[in-house]
Amino acid sequence: MVKKIVVALAMGFGLAGGANAQETVKIGVIVPYSGPFADAGNQLDAGIELYIQQHGDEVAGKKIEIIRKDTGGPSPDVAKRLAQELVVRDGVDILAGFALTPEALGAADVATQAEKLMVVMNAATSVVTEMSPYIVRTSVTIPQVNYPFGKWAYESGVTQAYTLVADYGPGHDAEQSFARGFTEAGGEIIGADNTPVANPDFSAYVQRVRGADPEAVYIFIPGGAQPAAIGKALAERGLTPPDTKIFGQGELTHPEALESMGENALGIITTFHYTLERDDPLNNEFVEAYREANDGRSPDLFSIGGYDGMHLIYEALKETEGDTSGDALVEAAKGMSWDSPRGPMSIDPETRDVVQTVYIREVQEVDGVLQNVIIDEIPNVKDPLHGADE
Amino acid sequence: MTTVSQAATDPHSWLRGQSRWSYFEIAFWVIALLPFYFFPTYLTLASQIAITALFAISVDLVLGYAGIITLGHAMFFGLGAYAAGLITKAGWGEPLTGLVFAGAFAALIGFLTSFIIVRVRHLALIMITLGLGFLTLELANAMSWLTGGADGLRGVDVWPIFGWFEFDLWGYTAYSYSLIVLFLGVVAARRIVHSAFGLSLRGVRENLTRMPAIGSPYRFHLQKIYTISAALAGVAGALLTQTTETVSLETLSFQRSADIVVMLILGGTGRLYGGIIGAIIFMVARDQLSGMNPQYWYFWIGLLLMAVILVMPNGILGGLSRLAGRRS
Repeated sequence: MVKKIVVALAMGFGLAGGANAQETVKIGVIVPYSGPFADAGNQLDAGIELYIQQHGDEVAGKKIEIIRKDTGGPSPDVAKRLAQELVVRDGVDILAGFALTPEALGAADVATQAEKLMVVMNAATSVVTEMSPYIVRTSVTIPQVNYPFGKWAYESGVTQAYTLVADYGPGHDAEQSFARGFTEAGGEIIGADNTPVANPDFSAYVQRVRGADPEAVYIFIPGGAQPAAIGKALAERGLTPPDTKIFGQGELTHPEALESMGENALGIITTFHYTLERDDPLNNEFVEAYREANDGRSPDLFSIGGYDGMHLIYEALKETEGDTSGDALVEAAKGMSWDSPRGPMSIDPETRDVVQTVYIREVQEVDGVLQNVIIDEIPNVKDPLHGADE
Repeated sequence: MTTVSQAATDPHSWLRGQSRWSYFEIAFWVIALLPFYFFPTYLTLASQIAITALFAISVDLVLGYAGIITLGHAMFFGLGAYAAGLITKAGWGEPLTGLVFAGAFAALIGFLTSFIIVRVRHLALIMITLGLGFLTLELANAMSWLTGGADGLRGVDVWPIFGWFEFDLWGYTAYSYSLIVLFLGVVAARRIVHSAFGLSLRGVRENLTRMPAIGSPYRFHLQKIYTISAALAGVAGALLTQTTETVSLETLSFQRSADIVVMLILGGTGRLYGGIIGAIIFMVARDQLSGMNPQYWYFWIGLLLMAVILVMPNGILGGLSRLAGRRS
């Protein structure tokens, strides 16, 4: 009895917080604004900011208000507390952000309990959307880009490959989904190695790869200084395209990495859902506006996740005519499709996960500048793990 | 620090006098109930502060009382957190036994590592605790089949306390539960530091070589307190798991080990309540500052730390007790 009164009181407080928010839609953004992943958080935030700047802060007659919360890193306990506070104290209508998987996993329960739409704008582990029926994802999953890439690699004429991935969750996921796609198509993995996540010396690993003499190497490593280091190690030992094909996920050859890798990057083939250089009016406009708003910094996967996440929120609100209940918004988001700067994308009505085109790109020199040139597209790719047994 | 010379009578009555509950302490626990009525939307933060405070007390026992400088105590916090999470995944989600299990597991590891800890002092101690912390973190990262690796442990399912109090969105259960466990932790810690054993720990801290000379086996004392402290840290970690239903590698991180020492120094070491005060100030400041400026709030935290330590080198409680002493 006492407990019921207490809960009722608390709900009263919660509602009192939301009462003056009649004309606003509050969106709580939870990302790492500080700490080792601050860059991801800030790029994601810049994507959100740009969308609001371009489309105004009013939707369906209501004003959009963003409340930002910093997790400081991959801490699910902090993310959960922030989500609880956003709901209870700030009275937010929508939870958004989530650059890192642990953040999304931490907050998922809150979305379920509070019945709020939760837009995951990055966190790329497959299972995230299964943790709450209120989660919708607008980024990518690692299997989504790597599984079809494995198939594509075999079809491009490579029959055996070696995998070299960083020894952590995303690395293992990438390795498994690439290997699965590759072997299902008929290819053979002749060797697999794990490199340390922090400060590895690649020379010994690359030497091992050389010894195995594969037709191709699949690489997954964290960004930062590592792409340049591995590019150098590969070039020093003569493991370069076209003799040995180098495969990887998009981060390996993102613009900053290309700059530091230099010529060693030529011919590397990567798979990704967003290509900065893709020549498309929507994308060109997006890139230009983004650079203008962010001192020349180019958008990356985090930016596009935030940008499309906001698009989803805006469109869902339009469809519900400003109704912010989680059920209505999730219903509106299911099956939604649109043209994003990344290309055509949609939300799978069953899994609430993103469906999109996967681009296969090769590093080439265009007008004296190294670029990721799209050499193939695989349209309408779903995450291959949903519905499959783990 | 009160000197033993004040005790003109026998040491036992001196210890008894020390262990009496002061008005400040009683006032503190009454104030700790205020969030229920005045800040009902801050209860989740309050529960995480209570958990951090318990962790700080466990560090104070070894660092403040026994002089074991540790930069790796998150190891026990994280082990407790994972133990509590894994036992629910094994199908037993009852929180109180989960707490005991996690504490016992952390204590076991604490006891085993204490054999290394007592062999070294000072800087070497920092390196050893730091190293043990990193080893545990990397082990948990490598054993991703068990711990979930970088993604964190999934599927933690904690049953309601006594089968009735569910962990709610507002944090009523979480704060009540954490506060009660913190209180019990403080009661236990008080008994320890105000016992003859606690006194001999301070002796070890002040002069290690003299302790064996007066017939006190310091290695055994240090191992005992290190094990007790590990258990308390494990319980704190388990509380975090149970109130948030998540566990991540971050519970084992160096950042957590370092932050807790910072909080302890901020509040004042060797005073039990120092850790609690430090945790309150650090976490409330972090919450408020990061709300105001999510990108650059660490700047203000740094400024706050420097300001406090420059004015009060012995921490906030140390500074306050000096002021009080001057007045009388």
